[in-house]
Amino acid sequence: MKYLDEYRDGRVARKIVDEIRRVQTKPWVIMEVCGGQTHSIVKNGIDYLLPQGVELVHGPGCPVCVTPLEMIDKAHAIARRPDVIFCSFGDMLRVPGSEGDLFTIKSEGGDVRVVYSPLDCLKIARANPEKKVVFFAIGFETTAPANAMLAWRALQEGVKNISLLVSHVLVPPALEAILASPQNRVQGFLGPGHVCAVMGYEEYEPISARFRVPIVITGFEPLDILQGTLMTIRQLETERAEVENEYSRILDRAGNRTAQKLVSEVFEVGDRKWRGIGMIPQSGYRLREEFREHDAEKLFDVARIDTREPEICISGEILRGIKKPKDCPAFGTLCNPQHPLGATMVSAEGACAAYYAYGRHLQRDEVDVPVHSLGGAA
Amino acid sequence: MASLESTANPDSKEHAAKADAGTVAIPSPFFGSCPLPIFEHKNIVLGHGSGGKLTAELIDQIFLPAFANPILDRLDDQAVVEINGARLAFTTDSFVVTPIFFPGGDIGQLAINGTVNDLAMSGARPLYLSAAFILEEGLAAQDLRRVVESMGAATRTAGAQLVTGDTKVVNRGKGDQVFITTTGIGVIERPVNISASRAHAGDKIILSGYIGDHGMAIMSQRENLEFEGAIESDCAPLHQLVAAMLDACGDQHSEHPIHCLRDPTRGGVATTLNEIASKSRAGMLIREELLPVRESVKGACEILGLDPLYVANEGKLVAIVAPEAADSILQAMHNHPFGQHAVIVGEVVSEHPGMVRMETGVGGTRILDVMFGEQLPRIC
Amino acid sequence: MCLAIPGKVVDTFDQHGMRMAKVQFGGITREACLEYVPDTKVGEYVLVHVGFAISKVDEEEAQRTYQLLEEMDQLTELLAPVVDEHGSRENER
Repeated sequence: MKYLDEYRDGRVARKIVDEIRRVQTKPWVIMEVCGGQTHSIVKNGIDYLLPQGVELVHGPGCPVCVTPLEMIDKAHAIARRPDVIFCSFGDMLRVPGSEGDLFTIKSEGGDVRVVYSPLDCLKIARANPEKKVVFFAIGFETTAPANAMLAWRALQEGVKNISLLVSHVLVPPALEAILASPQNRVQGFLGPGHVCAVMGYEEYEPISARFRVPIVITGFEPLDILQGTLMTIRQLETERAEVENEYSRILDRAGNRTAQKLVSEVFEVGDRKWRGIGMIPQSGYRLREEFREHDAEKLFDVARIDTREPEICISGEILRGIKKPKDCPAFGTLCNPQHPLGATMVSAEGACAAYYAYGRHLQRDEVDVPVHSLGGAA
Repeated sequence: MASLESTANPDSKEHAAKADAGTVAIPSPFFGSCPLPIFEHKNIVLGHGSGGKLTAELIDQIFLPAFANPILDRLDDQAVVEINGARLAFTTDSFVVTPIFFPGGDIGQLAINGTVNDLAMSGARPLYLSAAFILEEGLAAQDLRRVVESMGAATRTAGAQLVTGDTKVVNRGKGDQVFITTTGIGVIERPVNISASRAHAGDKIILSGYIGDHGMAIMSQRENLEFEGAIESDCAPLHQLVAAMLDACGDQHSEHPIHCLRDPTRGGVATTLNEIASKSRAGMLIREELLPVRESVKGACEILGLDPLYVANEGKLVAIVAPEAADSILQAMHNHPFGQHAVIVGEVVSEHPGMVRMETGVGGTRILDVMFGEQLPRIC
Repeated sequence: MCLAIPGKVVDTFDQHGMRMAKVQFGGITREACLEYVPDTKVGEYVLVHVGFAISKVDEEEAQRTYQLLEEMDQLTELLAPVVDEHGSRENER
C-alpha cells in the first residue's frame, strides 16, 4: 500500500536507529502523545530497537482511556433505554463503566451498534424514525471534523431523532498540564500527527517556547516514529526547543482550515475532566447552543451516578509519564485487559494495556530480547 | 481448579458469596477498595463466541466441569476414540454466520467444510456427517434450498455422506434465518499421532496460504462497514491436502513428523498458535514478513484497524512439523490447490514456553497474545 | 487515537449534497467524504479517518523526505565515529 508500506521498511529503520545511536550522548525521556503512536510502537516492537537511554513514555493521547467514568456511565444509561439506538466506534464497546460495558448492555437487550463513520448514524436515524439515535462522539481533534459534520447535517437536514453524546478532548492543554506538573520527567515530545493534520501546529509553538521542550509533530508508521525520535534527540542534544514537522507529507503549520472552520461552528471549547488526570480547563469541546436539539447530554436526563475509581489505580501518573505500568501493584494481576481497573488499561492504546500485550507477566530473563532499561530520570 | 472447589460445596460461604454477587470469591486484599473484576459474567455476551479468552473461560468454567473426562480435557478440535482397534475421529460444530450468503461461499458450505476440516486435522478421512437445522420462521424456501444444495455439493467433494439429520423451526425473531450444526465421523488410517500438545523445539511452523480472507469477506458485508473489492471467503475442505502432507512423509521416520495440525478459524492464526504453544508448553517465534496476506485483506484491515493474525480463516491450516520433513511436506502442499501458497513462517523454540513471539517487519519484537473477545473496528 | 490511512481517490461524486470519493486502499475501495479537501482530484492520495478525508498527501514532499531517509547512511558513513569492539567510540575521523 503506497505511503504506508515504504514507511515500514526494516532496512531504512536500521539506518535511522544507527543515526540515533551516533547522535545520542545522554539519556532522554520522550513522550509520544498519541495512542496510535503507542499502538504502533508496541505492535512493531520499536522500543526494542532503540538504544538504551532513549526512553519512550506513553502520553494521554487515547480518547478512550481519558473519557471520564461519569461520561461512560451516562452513555450506558442512555444505551439501556428501549427507545434508543446507541451508536459508537468499536473502541468504546469494551470500556467498562460502573456496571458492565456496552457489550453487557447489548446482551441485556440494548440496541448497540458499531459504526465506522459518524455519517452512518444519519442513515440509521432515517431508517428508524420512531427511535432515538444517539452517537457517542468521542475523540481528539482528529475526529472533531467528522463528528461536527454529523451534527451539522443533522441540523441542516432536520433529522430530529439523532443526537450526539460529546466527549471530545484537546491535546495542547493536556501537554501543558503534564509539563506544568512538578513531577514531570518528559524532556521532548512526539506530537500527534493526525490531530495536527486537522489543527496544524501553531498552538504548540508557545508551549514549546514556554517550557523549553522540543515538539516534533510525528506520523504513525515505524519510520515516522523513529525519524521523529531522531529529530527530537537532535534538538535535545543541541539544546534547541522548537516545533518541527516530521509528518510533512501529510500536514503543514496551518492544518486543514476548512475542517477547523466547521469544527468551530459546531463546537465550542469548555472545561473537561480527564480520567486519571482530573479537570483540565478549556480542554474539551461541547456542542454550541444552536445544536441543543442534538445534544444528548441536554436531551436525556441522566441521573448522576456515583462513580468511584479504584484507589489502587495509578493511571493518572502513568498518563503523565511519571510512573510506568510495572510500578503499579495491580498491573497484570488484578488489573489486565480483560478486567481493567482504570483508564490506561481499558483500551489497546493505553500504556498499561500496551505493556501487558507485549510484556505480559514476563520476567526479563524469560525472553531473550534487548529490553532497554527503564532508567533515566526516574 | 480453585473455581471448581468453590462451587463444589453448596453450603460454603464462598458459594453463597458467588451466588449473591455473581463474582468468584477470590480472597483479595483489595476486595473492599475497588470494583472487583467481573470473573463470571451474569449473562453470555457476544465475546463468549469469538474463540478467544472469553470462550476459553466459558469452556473452562461451565462446560468442562459438567462433563470432565480425559478425552474432552485435551480440548482438541476433534475427539479421537478407539473402538475395536479402529481409530475414529469425532467432531461437532455449529454455524451461525450472518449473512448466510457471502462472497466465496455460504453457511451451508461452511457447515460441511468446517466439520470436514476438524476431522482432517486429526489425520482422519471424513466418512459420515449429520446436519441439524434450526430454521427461522419466514426464511425463504429458495434460500434454504440454495444452502442445502451447497451442502450436498460440499459433502460429495469431501468424499463423505450425510446420513442423518434433523430440522426444527423457531418463531420469527428467535433465530437468525438458519443455524446449522454438523457432526462428523472419520477414520484415521495412518499411524499418526497429531495433537496440540506435540510441538517440540526445532519444529517448523507452516501456514497453508493467505490469512484473513474469510473474516474480512464477512466483514465486508456487515452493515456500516461495507467496502468493495474482491475479498472472498477461503472456505474449502482440507482433507486431501492433509492426506498429501501425511503421505509426503513416507515411513522412514520413527515418529510421524507431523506433530500438530489446526485450522485457524475464530480468533485467527495468533489464537491457534497460542493454543498449541500452551498445550505443548513450547515457545514459538514467527517472522512478520513471512506471513502471507493478500493486498486487499491488508487494505481492509488497515482502514478498520484490524489485525489479519486475528481474523478467521475457513480453508487454511497451521502445521507444526519436524524440521527434517518440512521441505517435503511443503512441496506436497505446493502441489495441491489449497496449499499453493504454503510457507514456513517460523519455528518452535525452547525459550519462553507457552508464548508466541513475533519478529516484526522493522526488526522489533512483539508478543502475540490470545484474542480476548471480538476484534472490533477502531478509530484509535 | 486517530487511525487514518492514505488511499488513492479513484472516483468523485456528490451524494446528499456532499462531495464524496471512492478511495482505494491496497485493493479494496471505500467511500469517504471529501468536504474537507474539496479540490481533490482523481488520482490524488488522501488521508482518511472514520470515513472522512482530512488531508491530502503531498506526493512531492513524500518523495523528497523519503529520499533523505534512504540517503541517511551515506551521510552517516561520512560522519561516523570509529567504534571499537568494546563499543566505545574513538574520536571522529
